Amino acid sequence: MTFSASHKFKRVSSSRVGRALHASRGDIPFKTVIILSSLSLLGLMVGVGVMLWLRSGPTRETAGWSFVTLNQWNPVGEVFGALPFIVGTLTTSLAAVLIALPLGLGIAVFLAELCPLQLRTVVGFMVELLAAIPSVVYGAWGIFVFIPAFVAPVGNWLMNTFGNPNRFPYLPIFQGPFFGASNLAAGLILAVMILPTISAISRDVLLAVPRVQREAALALGSTEWETIWQVVLPYGLSGILGAVILGLGRALGETMAVTMVIGNVSQLSASLLSPGYTMASVIANEWGESRTPLYASALLEIGLLLFITSLLLNIVARLLVWSVARKTPEQRA
Amino acid sequence: MSESKSHQRRLKRSAAHERFRRAGNRVMLGLTGLMTLLAIVPLAWILLEVFMRGSSAMSIEFLTDTFKPTSMGGGGVWHAIVGTGILIGLAALMAVPVGILTAFYVSEHPNTTLGLAVRFGTDVLSGLPSIVVGLFVYTIMVSGQGYSALAGSVALAILMLPVVVRTTEEMLKLVPRSLREASLALGAPEWKTSFQVMLPAATTGVVTGLMLAVARVAGETAPLLFTALGSNNLSTALDKPIASLPLVLFKYALDPSRVRNAQAWAIALVIVTLVLILNIGARLIALWRTTRGVTQ
Repeated sequence: MTFSASHKFKRVSSSRVGRALHASRGDIPFKTVIILSSLSLLGLMVGVGVMLWLRSGPTRETAGWSFVTLNQWNPVGEVFGALPFIVGTLTTSLAAVLIALPLGLGIAVFLAELCPLQLRTVVGFMVELLAAIPSVVYGAWGIFVFIPAFVAPVGNWLMNTFGNPNRFPYLPIFQGPFFGASNLAAGLILAVMILPTISAISRDVLLAVPRVQREAALALGSTEWETIWQVVLPYGLSGILGAVILGLGRALGETMAVTMVIGNVSQLSASLLSPGYTMASVIANEWGESRTPLYASALLEIGLLLFITSLLLNIVARLLVWSVARKTPEQRA
Repeated sequence: MSESKSHQRRLKRSAAHERFRRAGNRVMLGLTGLMTLLAIVPLAWILLEVFMRGSSAMSIEFLTDTFKPTSMGGGGVWHAIVGTGILIGLAALMAVPVGILTAFYVSEHPNTTLGLAVRFGTDVLSGLPSIVVGLFVYTIMVSGQGYSALAGSVALAILMLPVVVRTTEEMLKLVPRSLREASLALGAPEWKTSFQVMLPAATTGVVTGLMLAVARVAGETAPLLFTALGSNNLSTALDKPIASLPLVLFKYALDPSRVRNAQAWAIALVIVTLVLILNIGARLIALWRTTRGVTQ
């Protein structure tokens, strides 16, 4: 009995599989190909990490942890400590985020809550165009226009007002000397460059906040601003945090614009007004000179550090944004 | 008597508080509009400078001449235009097929483990610094073999990939489900449904994706430093270093010569015009497609 039942079952199922196979001839190769191409996208990211890890082996072995803690970059003597670049990257990126966060949030609120619908697309598009302008164009604009016309007067004013060590001994961030090309110039340009990232994603997050939240607050007598500040923004907080981290990640890896306006001086300085150097700009600037294998390995290790940092930041940020704004109806439209 | 006085005082105070709240509301809302205006300022400023300074150095010869030293007038950027064309064309040839196939998978299996991982991976990949991508391509294609146009285009292809996947996926999702189901119900296999029903219906998505991807890499400089390297010669060889517009812009902007600086602005004009046209065009096509999709 059992034997014949299972026999019957087998025959039916195998003929069904056969018919299905016949109907969808070519589907198995097709599915294999689309899965392979999807996997290749993931493989790329693994590949980047593995290759940079392998090729930075020489400095990882000779320098060890001193690579990130040592304040000395001497390619001739083959001493490689990337601390000044790491600090430079952190300084400029954090300055950029501090400037871009309030602005980006204001723009997001305006676009999501106040702006008339017809205007929203156009204004949003204009802000996003800031992200489309290539980094190298920002750099040229920075050198020839932005530094002489804006950064220089602002920097000089800051130095003369707050940079006097006798009057403000505990405010080293505005002390001179100041020549124009500086951490401040890089931070300001980075702020403009990450503004569209922060504002666009925050806007999507705010649009994903349920309508009832707003209506409840308004029904209790809140003004529009109180509704936004006390209800809508707190509701979308994690997504906004994600937007900020995403902006930070963009700022960390920006290369050309920063290289062109930061001055490229390898020194540890607490002042925003002094010239500096970042991880990305040292790679771009010194690549042509890196003739010895150890020198190339040192630059590749900086690349590895950039990769790991931006990978982690991106993963955290995307999880935060996804937790609020994944597949909202507004996004799909 | 005293009770009603304190009551009146309280009323007065609450009226003042009410005025304060309304004023604060107006101030803060106005401030957000002001911030939005403030963000438009750098955009207008950059575009204005690029168009004014760029057009004064622009000429037909500048676009059709190849490199010449500044003592001979500085020449033009034809070699870089050809180089950028080859780099972007090759990159698109690599990124578009892989991107479309990936978008097929992602749009049809959005909630499987692999589908989620790939959608997440696309987001993360688009956030990787382009300089890191350049270094990666250096390690696999340049070190040992030398700088080449091919390596440069691979780097650009990696940067284009997430853009192509994203936009194509968005447009595939807009294709009505019934279309796909009808095709499958008629007995067409899945691959035929994908290529002959879904893809034609989402052509605009593929086109806008390609346009945005080209716009994304047209000005990319950092990854080319380690891959295509740049060259002063007119070259079409894929295994040799090749010139590119952003690389020349970078070099000329930092050049002490005034002539070179002026040429840098003219190159910026070329790149920015291209990027603007592609972005605005893609946006218009997408708008037209989505509004038509809704009315259907």
